[in-house]
Amino acid sequence: MKEPIIKFENFGFQYDAQAEPTLKDINLEIYPGEKILIAGPSGCGKSTMTHCMNGLIPFAYPGESTGKLTIQGKETKHLSIFEISRMVGTVLQDLDGQFIGLTVAEDIAFALENACVGQDDMKKTVRQVARQVGIGDHLEHSPDALSGGQKQRVSMAGVMVNEVSILLFDEPLANLDPATGKKAIEIIDRIQEETGAAVIIIEHRLEDVLWRDVDRIVLMKDGRIVTDAPPDELLSTDVLLDNGIREPLYLTALKYAGVKITPKCHPRGIRSLTLTEEDKHKVRTWFHARKLAKEKPEGKALLTAEKIDFTYDNGFHALKDINISINEGELLAIVGTNGAGKSTFSKVVCGFEKQQLGTLTFQGLDMKSYSIKERADRIGYVMQNPNQMISKPMIFDEVAFGLRQRNVPESEVTAKVEEVLKICGLYPFRKWPVSALSFGQKKRVTIASILALDPQMIILDEPTAGQDYRHYTEIMEFLNELHGRGITVVMITHDMHLMLEYAQRAVVFSGGQVIANDTSANILTNPEIIERANLKETSLYDLSLLCGIEDPNVFVQHFIDYEEEGRDRQAGGAAAQNDRKEEKRG
Amino acid sequence: MIQLFNYIDRVSPIHRLTGAAKLACMLCWVLAAMITFDTRYLILLTVCALVLFRVSKIKVREVKVILIFSLVFLFLNNLLIYLFSPEHGVSLYGSRTVLIDLIGRYSVTAQQLLYHANVILKYTATIPVVILFVSTTQPSEFAASLNKLGVSYRISYSVSLALRYIPDVMDEFHSISLAQQARGVELSGKENIIKRLKGATAILMPLILSSMDRIEVVSNAMELRCFGKEPKRTWYRERKFTGLDYGTMILGFGLIGISFVLQAVNGGRYWNPF
Repeated sequence: MKEPIIKFENFGFQYDAQAEPTLKDINLEIYPGEKILIAGPSGCGKSTMTHCMNGLIPFAYPGESTGKLTIQGKETKHLSIFEISRMVGTVLQDLDGQFIGLTVAEDIAFALENACVGQDDMKKTVRQVARQVGIGDHLEHSPDALSGGQKQRVSMAGVMVNEVSILLFDEPLANLDPATGKKAIEIIDRIQEETGAAVIIIEHRLEDVLWRDVDRIVLMKDGRIVTDAPPDELLSTDVLLDNGIREPLYLTALKYAGVKITPKCHPRGIRSLTLTEEDKHKVRTWFHARKLAKEKPEGKALLTAEKIDFTYDNGFHALKDINISINEGELLAIVGTNGAGKSTFSKVVCGFEKQQLGTLTFQGLDMKSYSIKERADRIGYVMQNPNQMISKPMIFDEVAFGLRQRNVPESEVTAKVEEVLKICGLYPFRKWPVSALSFGQKKRVTIASILALDPQMIILDEPTAGQDYRHYTEIMEFLNELHGRGITVVMITHDMHLMLEYAQRAVVFSGGQVIANDTSANILTNPEIIERANLKETSLYDLSLLCGIEDPNVFVQHFIDYEEEGRDRQAGGAAAQNDRKEEKRG
Repeated sequence: MIQLFNYIDRVSPIHRLTGAAKLACMLCWVLAAMITFDTRYLILLTVCALVLFRVSKIKVREVKVILIFSLVFLFLNNLLIYLFSPEHGVSLYGSRTVLIDLIGRYSVTAQQLLYHANVILKYTATIPVVILFVSTTQPSEFAASLNKLGVSYRISYSVSLALRYIPDVMDEFHSISLAQQARGVELSGKENIIKRLKGATAILMPLILSSMDRIEVVSNAMELRCFGKEPKRTWYRERKFTGLDYGTMILGFGLIGISFVLQAVNGGRYWNPF
């Protein structure tokens, strides 16, 4: 029997600033060369567990630990963060923030520099490791010349120079587009095979991690380990959904079709999935029982972009002949890789940048002479990071800020702010300081502060980035509700689930051009567009082929419609329940 | 985008010099110009500085912002000197040659003009050299060179990180300010100064918060990769000194030497033609 490389024994941890322990009764053994996925909703303690393993706890975040944590047979209590770093290499979530060096080579060399390695050895090691992660041709590049995936590989190389025996990845997929994420998972897999290191991946995007096999999935909730099982076993239960983690889409579809999932189906991946003829038949029956999709009436054009062309001062031609029309009351997704032009487009719409050619019309009027402020009265823009928008310490003042800047009388301000806070579910917190809110709640505050100005359209940059399934659902249901109130919602996103589940239509940008403008189901089943826009085929596509269904796009559309109905059913049910409660009280 | 300090990549002998040699020479150069008030020597230093600037192939418009900044400073400095001590030159050089007769002590004297010329020349002799150092030295080599001159590597590294983050923070400032303008903050000349200042604070708070986040991430990333473990560290970018580097450093010390020699010859820091 091999010795575990990491061993938690009745381990617990409590931050100095907190009243309750964040980790409780953790018992976990990880063996050399194993690949473990740790999943769980936000606040379940998985980040804290990462920090315990890499030494940031207690060195950067002080607190009290109980029980025992040993790494390679040594108790972490007796080790310094530097000694732990020689064994555990951590790739952090923030790809830009962790880039220390000025060039790829320097960044990879950073740990070696700190260990006083001589220049010749250092250069040799850097070259060798860079080649291993496939970044060898970019040694002299600066971080801003790299894509997200490349930055991540540099970070991997940066910890691999220490010849660590444990690699820890903190949400490696959070900042990557779907295709790059897929590649990242492949690289992690290959690195593990080549180095034999134990790999621990912390991630709530389960389906994407399972693109390559993992040995075990450790599921956490409220600071405890709920389940620790091989993926085939875990995925045959409902434990994921019960704990706020999204299960792979193909499994959701199978469950809709009434297929019983057992470890024998190998549900760990769409490629390993084996279905009996009977199961396939069930899926086909579910598919053929579909109702004809209801034709949705098309709204009037709200915003029309005609022949928009924009080049930055530095000569980067970011938008080339863009023609899009966004209809009143639409819920639209804008997708594409970084640098494809989707953010630039929204900046042009908001007036942050001025297009050199082309016209933007809003409700039939040319927006050319509108200032940023005047555009903002019609089109609200919500930035990705709420911390970049919030400028007042109190929630009420933050939401009132835009109105007060417009010299609206205070009585009207109060009425409007209270109304908006109610819509956003923030009314109970109106007297709270912003700093007391969670990330998702802060996001709501920023949306509320935009809604206070009564825009007809809001543009959101990555509205669900970094959110777990529960918060994702919360935010998206909220946006859906706003959409129900007649507000046109445009979302810039990488998230394919979001596209599939909520966007009626998607516009795909690539290289400064619009390359597709269609329903999400059609886009995510079109291999050519998927390839050009760095998207990924949805697993539903593969499932439909596996079951011998010839129109994958219709199958995907059916899935979306079925889900939407399901949500309506639930919402209806919840409303009915509320009504009953009201009645009882009455 | 405004850029105050940034490395501008060119192929020139000045770029080829190691950062440490450049830093030493620059410090000596500035010191030499600070010590002396010999107009002839200051003219010589200015001419040399301009020649070096030419050699580096850095274009004036690339360093426009910092140039304008220093010109404004230069102007203010001279204005204030004239306002508060218009007879300073007279007392320094011990004679008074009135060129233009104005009210009382504000008359223009040749001595005062020479003093102002000295002040201006001190700026023109040093600013090009400082700009040259900043724009021909990569931030990471800058850290390495500070370290080589005896500054602790922890301090050296944080200085170079700070320099490096200036463009990022500026970008962030720009995007935050746009988002705040969309909410009605007016930063342009249309508003009075108090409203504009209030508007600026609306940008500052999010900027400070997000910079704190950034600092937390980078300090964690550095610690996880053993920054600060050893009393010393090596540098990937460090280069071996060449003859040219030694020459540069000797030149620097030579310049200070000349300052002291002139002081002895002139019998003080001032060269007095009157």
